[in-house]
Amino acid sequence: MKKIKYFLRKAGAFVDKLMSVIFTACGFIAIAFVLVISIYLIVSGIPAISEIGLFDFLFGTEWDPANKTNPLYGILPIILTSILGTLGAIVIGVPIGLMCSVFLSKKSKGIVSGIMGSAVDLLAGIPSVVYGLVGMIYVVPFVRETFDVPGNHGANLLSAIIVLSVMILPSVISMSTTSIKAVPKEYEEASLALGANPTETIFKVTIPAAKSGILAAIVLGTGRAIGEAMAVMMVAGNVANMPNLFDSVMFLTTTVASGMGYSSGLYRQALFSVALVLFIFIMIINFLLNLFKRKGKNK
Amino acid sequence: MNNLSTISTNRKIKTFLLNFFIYLCVVFLIALLLFLIGTIFLRGLPGVTWEFLTTEQSFLKGTEGILPNILNTVYIILMTLIIVLPLGAGAAIYLTEYAKSKKAVGIIEYAVETLAGIPSIIYGLVGMLVFCEAFKLGTSLIAGALTLVIVTLPVVIRTTCESLKTVPQSYREGSLALGSGKWHMIRTVVLPSAVDGIVTGCILSIGRIVGESAALLFTAGMANKIFGIIEAVKPGKAGATLTVSMYMYAKERGKPDVAFAIAAILLIITLIINIAAYIAAKLLKKETQR
Repeated sequence: MKKIKYFLRKAGAFVDKLMSVIFTACGFIAIAFVLVISIYLIVSGIPAISEIGLFDFLFGTEWDPANKTNPLYGILPIILTSILGTLGAIVIGVPIGLMCSVFLSKKSKGIVSGIMGSAVDLLAGIPSVVYGLVGMIYVVPFVRETFDVPGNHGANLLSAIIVLSVMILPSVISMSTTSIKAVPKEYEEASLALGANPTETIFKVTIPAAKSGILAAIVLGTGRAIGEAMAVMMVAGNVANMPNLFDSVMFLTTTVASGMGYSSGLYRQALFSVALVLFIFIMIINFLLNLFKRKGKNK
Repeated sequence: MNNLSTISTNRKIKTFLLNFFIYLCVVFLIALLLFLIGTIFLRGLPGVTWEFLTTEQSFLKGTEGILPNILNTVYIILMTLIIVLPLGAGAAIYLTEYAKSKKAVGIIEYAVETLAGIPSIIYGLVGMLVFCEAFKLGTSLIAGALTLVIVTLPVVIRTTCESLKTVPQSYREGSLALGSGKWHMIRTVVLPSAVDGIVTGCILSIGRIVGESAALLFTAGMANKIFGIIEAVKPGKAGATLTVSMYMYAKERGKPDVAFAIAAILLIITLIINIAAYIAAKLLKKETQR
């Protein structure tokens, strides 16, 4: 009897030990995934860059990898498109998003703010291909007709910017709403007591106080916009022109997504390099995002 | 006196303009949402018929059907959740119950944030390299599901962590003081209280999986065949989910009306998921207040 009890206790201790090992393994799996992704992208992205040459790859102005006689692997137009497209989406999307979050956190109560909140959640949940479809069927013809684009290219950078600025709205709104709500009430009360009206208080006290949270929201939106592939692929035209509002363009994401299916050889490897460039952009954005988030928390 | 009043009008105009701008943006947001819902339902719902939902597409009859895509979506959801829920919950338990060094927790949290920020096209690419090529699974539903495990892991870890943090420390101490081992304490005290967090993570993951397309395009493929559930797990069985097939209909095959019908279905699923997540969050809140 004693022996059995002893054995059971031993077994219990063993199970305890085992579970702690299993949980520790689970805990570190996120790190493992990040490492695997980074290593795979670097290992598969480097060969093409070294073959093409880093300078020619990053600053070459022509991308024509499918050309059999003289393939060209310059991704400068693609990088510039991604940067300008994202910037455009931020310029349109952030002010709208910020105003909406001011309304959500300060100017609405009860049912109204509940409905607005669920509207934002719904926008966030709509799949990106659905945005792409609506963009393709409604935004592209709208852009073509409104601006009378030469050559009938409605699928251009402007359409992509419009779709992207809508797609970043939910993340910008929810993040800046949280940070605006976190501003201590005393700040606003002091401002009101000094004679500023509520609107002035919001713009002169609340928003500056929530600065780092709002910056984090902008960075989050940037990450969303630069990483979006499917919706952009459906509205941007997919030709690697230098960025111009009314020309068809290619983003870093769409270059990878549209070429991956049928590429081979150096073309395929070059796509991995494009993905590596995108990944580096994303890592920088992630770093900034964390920085601003932490700043916001420390206050 | 006169001077003062001009300042006052200036302020009034400024305030009015700022308020006007705020309401303009809000009206824009609501109009945008109504436009999206309106157009998708108006153009899509007429195409959602019983036949459309329950048959395969037939080139002979010239009819379209999305049953294979619905099944593929369900299979991928099931396979992903079976793998990601234990992993994510385990990671969350490690973070809240086991981890002793603050540094390790910080690094893991940073890794989770990084995973959450990586765009799905990169997941698709790496998933293709790792699961389809290195693991020799080929373009298949299982490769797609494994890729989505990485995509949804941050969501599950976060929601589970949040609900684990609401379990009062005294429960744990009470259980340990009564002589239970750590694993026994976690199994009987911590996990039952964390169920709603795991459920929320589950719902949000389903939302993410249903909406995912870029990560699946090159891992799960674009085929439209019906598989049985056992067949679907085998390597090499490629299949398009709803989103991927919607993309194919819209972009590659030029059938926007079919695409809108699928978009309507996706929108309905999104609505259901949002409502479910709302209810789960409410239950969680009740739990914490008790």
